[in-house]
Amino acid sequence: MSDTNARIADIVNSNDVVLFMKGTPLFPQCGFSSRAIAILDHLEVPYHTVDVLQDMEIRQGIKAYSDWPTIPQLYVKGEFLGGSDIMMEMYEAGELQALLSQNGMAAKG
Amino acid sequence: MPMPADQIEALIRAALPDAQITITDLAGDGDHYAAHVVSASFAGKPRIAQHKLVFAALGGRMGGELHALQLTTGVPT
Repeated sequence: MSDTNARIADIVNSNDVVLFMKGTPLFPQCGFSSRAIAILDHLEVPYHTVDVLQDMEIRQGIKAYSDWPTIPQLYVKGEFLGGSDIMMEMYEAGELQALLSQNGMAAKG
Repeated sequence: MPMPADQIEALIRAALPDAQITITDLAGDGDHYAAHVVSASFAGKPRIAQHKLVFAALGGRMGGELHALQLTTGVPT
């Protein structure tokens, strides 16, 4: 396992909810990252973010880690869930709230 | 690098011939699209796998040449 993979594994396994994004929650640098943050904020669950624009290794490495070509990427309990489109679909179906609740996080609908 | 909507549709259709494809040019600039793809080949697959089928159809353009494509998938009802 490469150093970058090990770093990513450490991040997603030591935080219940992690969003790899462009920019920060206050200043997202891309509409998709902004939408992902809006969903997480609406659910009112604690989350950790990683700004891939500040770390080229992570920016490239995260795509290989999940075999997913785009950012943002959401991880819950170490598992890759998808990007902002899948987050929105899951949210609208109530699946995201259910998954977070199953993992011990009270999510608002 | 803008990419015409009909090219996106053609790439998806080549890989998923049965697909019903709806593409919306969100900003009118040929660079920000939403695509809704409905195909029987998505049946029984998790969303990540459904999206990956579409990414594969786009042949590595997703996240590169094709930055802004909102994607939703479904199975025929």
